[in-house]
Amino acid sequence: MAGSRMQLELSRVVQGRSRLGVLKGLGRTGQHSLEIPGCLLYTHFGTVPHLTQDTLHTLISLPSVTQITLSHIAEHQEVLEEFKDGFRKFAGLHDTVLYCSLHDPATPSPTGYTTTKTVSVWGSGGRIELTVAKFMALQKTVQPDWYQSMYDGETWQNSASRKRVRKSVDRTLAHLDECLLVHQKSKELEGVEVFGVVEGGDILEERVRSARETAKRPVAGFCLDGLQTGSMDQTLRTQLITAMIKELPEDKPRLLHGVGRPDEVLACVEAGVDLFESIFPFLATERGCALSFGFDISTDPERAGRAPPAVLELNEEKETAGESQQNGDLNRHDQTQMTPFEMNLKEKRYQDDFRPLVEGCGCYCCKNHQRAYLHHLLVTNELLAGVLLMIHNTAHYHGFFGALREALATDKLDVLKKRVLGDGGLQTERKE
Amino acid sequence: MCLLQSADQPAYVCGLGYTLIVSQRRWNPVKQATTEQTCYVSFYFRVISLIAVAGDNNKTSLMTMIEPVCTVSTPVFMPVGTQGTLKGITVDQLEDLGCQICLGNTYHLGMRPGPDLIEKANGLHGFMNWKRNLLTDSGGFQMVSLVELSEVTEEGVKFRSPYDCKEILLSPEKSISIQNSLGSDIMMQLDDVVSSTVTGPRVEEAMHRSVRWLDRCIAANKNRDKQNLFAIIQGGLNAELRKACLDEMTKRDVPGFAIGGLSGGEEKDDFWRMVTLSTDHLPREKPRYLMGVGYAVDLVVCVALGCDMFDCVFPTRTARFGSALVPWGTLQVKHKQYAKDFKPIDPDCQCPTCKKHSRAYLHALFKSDTAAMHHITIHNIAYQLTLMRSVRESIVEGRFPQFIRTFMKRLFPSGDQYPSWAVDALASVNVTLD
Repeated sequence: MAGSRMQLELSRVVQGRSRLGVLKGLGRTGQHSLEIPGCLLYTHFGTVPHLTQDTLHTLISLPSVTQITLSHIAEHQEVLEEFKDGFRKFAGLHDTVLYCSLHDPATPSPTGYTTTKTVSVWGSGGRIELTVAKFMALQKTVQPDWYQSMYDGETWQNSASRKRVRKSVDRTLAHLDECLLVHQKSKELEGVEVFGVVEGGDILEERVRSARETAKRPVAGFCLDGLQTGSMDQTLRTQLITAMIKELPEDKPRLLHGVGRPDEVLACVEAGVDLFESIFPFLATERGCALSFGFDISTDPERAGRAPPAVLELNEEKETAGESQQNGDLNRHDQTQMTPFEMNLKEKRYQDDFRPLVEGCGCYCCKNHQRAYLHHLLVTNELLAGVLLMIHNTAHYHGFFGALREALATDKLDVLKKRVLGDGGLQTERKE
Repeated sequence: MCLLQSADQPAYVCGLGYTLIVSQRRWNPVKQATTEQTCYVSFYFRVISLIAVAGDNNKTSLMTMIEPVCTVSTPVFMPVGTQGTLKGITVDQLEDLGCQICLGNTYHLGMRPGPDLIEKANGLHGFMNWKRNLLTDSGGFQMVSLVELSEVTEEGVKFRSPYDCKEILLSPEKSISIQNSLGSDIMMQLDDVVSSTVTGPRVEEAMHRSVRWLDRCIAANKNRDKQNLFAIIQGGLNAELRKACLDEMTKRDVPGFAIGGLSGGEEKDDFWRMVTLSTDHLPREKPRYLMGVGYAVDLVVCVALGCDMFDCVFPTRTARFGSALVPWGTLQVKHKQYAKDFKPIDPDCQCPTCKKHSRAYLHALFKSDTAAMHHITIHNIAYQLTLMRSVRESIVEGRFPQFIRTFMKRLFPSGDQYPSWAVDALASVNVTLD
């Protein structure tokens, strides 16, 4: 593909699969890079949920790639066409790489609206049907640095038949070919990267076929779709990812859709995934929760089990959270349910708890506010609750990815897993 | 100089800016200040330490005494942070906007999380981590306006808690006790609030009761050295009652006065006459707080009438509906006409929102995320604070009347659209509009 500057430099591959490296040459001028395993910055129309740029930039190490979605943008096509200078400038974003995806990963779209020639996105004003022509016209006005090609990703929601799965693989490949055709003829999209989407539901052969065929096209990377939290368990997900990755070239990044739980992220990185969307901190924020799972691998492993006060605190919370997890096991696949990686600050026990959300956390929220205050903001439905939780959760989640890379670099992945999954109920539960 | 006189009565030392404003009330500027900075000092009440400089004629040394504890320059608009938070804005953002004082509501905070918890968190300052000044109201107003089942007796305001249905009595003592726990820098007395549209004996009863409650509040204040208790002038729209209330309350040794019972739907002609009557009889060295006023015209006119402090939920509430305040009125960001308008809300505005975002982007963002509201909230607070800063600068530079003329011209398309009450009110202090 013309002008493809994106380059994946792998510094380590652990146990043949987990990849550590840097994605270089990002952005139109190629000045940006992104470390892998890593995650993108999740936004609503270019804005990290609840945050203004001032509050966002209290966070020190933000991912260099911002994800925007056509479901938020499509209804504003006319405006962007008139604006002419692309979405980045329109949204007041500057120093970031823009990745444009089709759907908002935090809001599942209704099924039954995909045809051979079209897909649909849902904006604030309802459904918008996209043909490849319209999809590409949107990309030309958005002017992202990468975008995901159009795809039929409906097969994960209701155990789709083999026939439906095959159709989705075929359609997705056909959309990709058409997108690439338009792309190569578009001056506006010169230097822009296309990611191909790998489908195949839960059928291994279709997964393999989709991956193999997509890899033949001139794409810069791959989106693994239809494996999101709630659609299948991790064992199956790992199997499918492993099978797909065998068909994908080593030198191109793999982005996984809709998976964000730390335990699942760890398992998927071990299966060879490089990039994730960061919807998890957003979903936790929306349920009034603060991410609190431990990921510090610098501590002496002998002491880790014995636990200094801060760790004891976290473990204790994890156990309680774990209990509620077991009770709510039926809802395990519901992304809106609380996970064992977070604390529910609405609970009464935080009412007079004057500690920061997470001891030692350096985020704006933890440096300035206490659990009792967040509890108060949540029970009184104050808007600041979302702001402060989003700051903390974003910081915590990106901190986790930093620790994950460090663990890969220093052969401490097992230590990290122990830290994240805990020694208690969570791990046993995962093994069941 | 006023500062030295007041140092003898350290509970209500007033700064130069304040004095300057008072002395300019009839617009004969008295240039007392030697530096701009000095002019900006206005009032600060936790000034026990000022005794140390009581004999010192040097204004500059006074400044350094005051600065470390955050002075407030008046005239000032105070944004309202009802539940210990300013609607989606962090305390750092509020500080960056230059806000020196904001409000908390005693009724809401007394209910949730409650005075004991806030006291444990080192007061409201500690609880919300706001390092600058806080003013708390008495809780009486909310009680009467929000709680249907409330009953006022000499004892206090009796009401049923909307959270647990328990009957609660908010007495003057209780209100002060809660405010002592909140630890605000300025507390308000509990007053007997009557709607400004009510007439008859109830107004008189409420006025007398407010005076009696003031005495109970003063007696109940456990934190006189740190927390300043303001009296609230009542008396409805009745000039005689107001005057009687002023006479009584100004006999009390309080650090400041609020003008209450207005801004509740009364005619503007009645409103400004009550305001000016009050400022006529209030001591010039103490700040006057006009409660519940926040529209730009009202602010500018009432500064001219001699008011120093204002609060209102309007700028922040209206922001959440997409209404941005601009020098020419308001701009409804959610209206379709802004969908393709790529200019900032106000091209001359220096706020973070106007520096980064266009009307079109904010218009679209309203459909996707709550951050759109935060952007407008920030803009509106910036608008209010900038307006008051410009007012102060024009006063210091002796051109406040000219400022008012320019301000009105910008806000109204033509002179015949000037509200007549504003024209009359300004004429009463010798400011004529073009």
